[in-house]
Amino acid sequence: MKYQCFLIKYAEIGIKGKNRYMFEDALIRQMKFAVKEAGDFIIWKESGRIFLKGAEGCDFDQDEVIEALKRVFGISHICPMVMHDSKEYDDVVKAVIDYWNDCYGEQALTFKAVVRRADKRFPMSSMPFAAQLGHELLQVYKNIKVDVHTPDVMLNVEIRDKVYIYSEEIMGPGGMPVGTNGKAMLLLSGGIDSPVAGYMIAKRGVRLDATYFHAPPYTSERAKEKVVELARLVARYSGPIDLHVINFTDIQMAIYEKCPHEELTIIMRRYMMQMAENIAKNNNGLALITGESLGQVASQTIQSLSVTNEVCTLPVFRPCIGLDKQEIVEISEKIGTFETSILPYEDCCTIFVAKHPVTKPNLNVIKKSERKLEGVIEELLERAYATDEVIHIR
Amino acid sequence: MDIYFDNGATTRVFPEVKDIMVKVLEEEYGNPSSMHRKGLIAEHHLKKTREILASSMKVDPKEITFTSGGTESNNLTIIGTALANQRRGKHIITSTIEHASVYNPFFFLEEMGFEVTFIPVDEKGIIRLDLLKEAIRKDTVLVSVMAVNNEIGSVMPMEEIGAIIKEANPDTYYHADCVQAYGKMKIFPRKWKMDMVSISGHKIHGPKGSGALYVRKGVKIKPILYGGNQEQALRSGTENVPAIAGLGVAAEKIYENHEEKVAYLREIKDYFLEKVMKLPDVTNHSGDAPHIASVSFLKVRSEVLLHALEEKGICVSAGSACSSNKPAVSGTLKGIGLKKEEYESTLRFTFSCYNTKDEVDYVIEELEKLLVVLRRFVRK
Repeated sequence: MKYQCFLIKYAEIGIKGKNRYMFEDALIRQMKFAVKEAGDFIIWKESGRIFLKGAEGCDFDQDEVIEALKRVFGISHICPMVMHDSKEYDDVVKAVIDYWNDCYGEQALTFKAVVRRADKRFPMSSMPFAAQLGHELLQVYKNIKVDVHTPDVMLNVEIRDKVYIYSEEIMGPGGMPVGTNGKAMLLLSGGIDSPVAGYMIAKRGVRLDATYFHAPPYTSERAKEKVVELARLVARYSGPIDLHVINFTDIQMAIYEKCPHEELTIIMRRYMMQMAENIAKNNNGLALITGESLGQVASQTIQSLSVTNEVCTLPVFRPCIGLDKQEIVEISEKIGTFETSILPYEDCCTIFVAKHPVTKPNLNVIKKSERKLEGVIEELLERAYATDEVIHIR
Repeated sequence: MDIYFDNGATTRVFPEVKDIMVKVLEEEYGNPSSMHRKGLIAEHHLKKTREILASSMKVDPKEITFTSGGTESNNLTIIGTALANQRRGKHIITSTIEHASVYNPFFFLEEMGFEVTFIPVDEKGIIRLDLLKEAIRKDTVLVSVMAVNNEIGSVMPMEEIGAIIKEANPDTYYHADCVQAYGKMKIFPRKWKMDMVSISGHKIHGPKGSGALYVRKGVKIKPILYGGNQEQALRSGTENVPAIAGLGVAAEKIYENHEEKVAYLREIKDYFLEKVMKLPDVTNHSGDAPHIASVSFLKVRSEVLLHALEEKGICVSAGSACSSNKPAVSGTLKGIGLKKEEYESTLRFTFSCYNTKDEVDYVIEELEKLLVVLRRFVRK
């Protein structure tokens, strides 16, 4: 079946009162960004709905367009439509009958016909015309029945500038259009969880920046490239990301030398959060995002989280907090980051990890350990900020 | 500083190699199968390289088949001879320290119903000749052995192996994977009773994507690629003329003043080993090959040291480039009986005629500094 046009349905943004135009415009902007690789398209608003069709002479691959639209937050459903020029009664009936044949053939199904008549010049009003279409279909196809309550097929016919027919609804990703809810800083590692966390917050309309801490020579250039690739994969949903790459080696080494070994990870994470927050603030970020999941590792117990959280003043979003590993894996597979996440390059958190790290750190004890870094850490932090390499992921 | 001590992974091409390739790509780009003049000129390049390779090994040019490199040569010869001779027998033999492009075709054949025997090596990485002798049977169709091991540079007694095989069973084919050996030593397939020999262009300052297989006249072998019957129907596909022309130039150059070149490599390698062994907690596993040094720096993980050297502009390998893509450790290092502590801290330094003693001095200097720092930070 060849479709010429798509009706885009959106859920939550429909209820946003006077802000609605803002949300719709953001959605259209994100759609344009998403489909630009697939061809030239016209996207327009009409009576509270959004439509997309190929520009004059644009021969697009409809599966590619649908895949692209499935990555645009804010879309609840994508309805591929066929388009006909003639609004003559006989032509419309023939188009509907042909459409049914192409989609369903002789299958035994129940259906309901729905007509929307935006063009009031069309001689018949919606309800009687729907009934008439149902009648015509029943004449041609002997295996079908009408069911107005729970039909197998909801056959929609819209009379606008042209005649549009659709019956299929493809699930979109839901959520809100990116750019409607500010910007946040994602702490991105090479693992499975943090890209998923970024995806989940972007889904709520948030633009993303990201920070990655690398530790050469303990982590390789390839590990960094893997993180850049992960950011690129997340950006297919979130739109552009500025990825900040910070050299963390010297800080890590200082902690290793001066602090108790079982507290290494927790102290490291505190400095990471602190640095990410400062970079966020300098770039209009309003929150931090991490991939932490409660109890997954020693640094993700309630006690550990509260100790790392303590260095932050911005809200820290942890969308994976209540998810099991398997659930996170499922999302990462769905959004296409899993394959990259499991490439075997070490990240800097695992290199010097203690055999028995603290699982119930006490804030006062940790702060006391950190005092051993006084006089050194200030300069190390300064130097680490200076290594900030910004990679623009578009 | 930009120091490349990873010539076992690949090499920089000789300038003359680049020149001829550019000429072929820009001017003499004909298809050797075409009937017009441009095709003929292209064919001349194939002829010339075939003659250079044949004369370097004292064989007949007709016995040289061009391939895309070592991996294809090994696959073609192992799978091709096993399949063509399975009526005679389905037993094949190789060693436990071969390159992946040898052992993976063996695993493939095992799945296809062949019986495979892997012969272990001694602590120096030399195949156990006594066990090899015992393993050869009436139904053994193929023995495949590498001439020089790519990870530690152990040199197999290729002539002796040939004698053992042919004495045990004159019908058993003898394949020598000479990818690391060709250009570093002279190879005489006839004298050493080899039936097939694999060589690769990019290990001898030729282009990547070039290689060849010597197949003795009379060997029964089936192609693995089917098509236009180029290369006497053994390897269909339009010949990679620029790469083949480059391979010829590289082979010609590498065997020019060969003894001198090998002596130079050995001098660099020995100089390096002498200096590196003076550093604390270092063990040496290097074999006899003139260009490969394999050294463990205890208490430092090899990847960490590798990346630290990289920051100083020094390129080396951990184990071998081919096995270090996988989390599994190198077969060779385990095969010669190294303990975990040693094989996890092993680096491979491989030299070429472009390296100098000054470079060695710089690398040793940096190693000395880095080892002190890195050994302070170990996993507790």
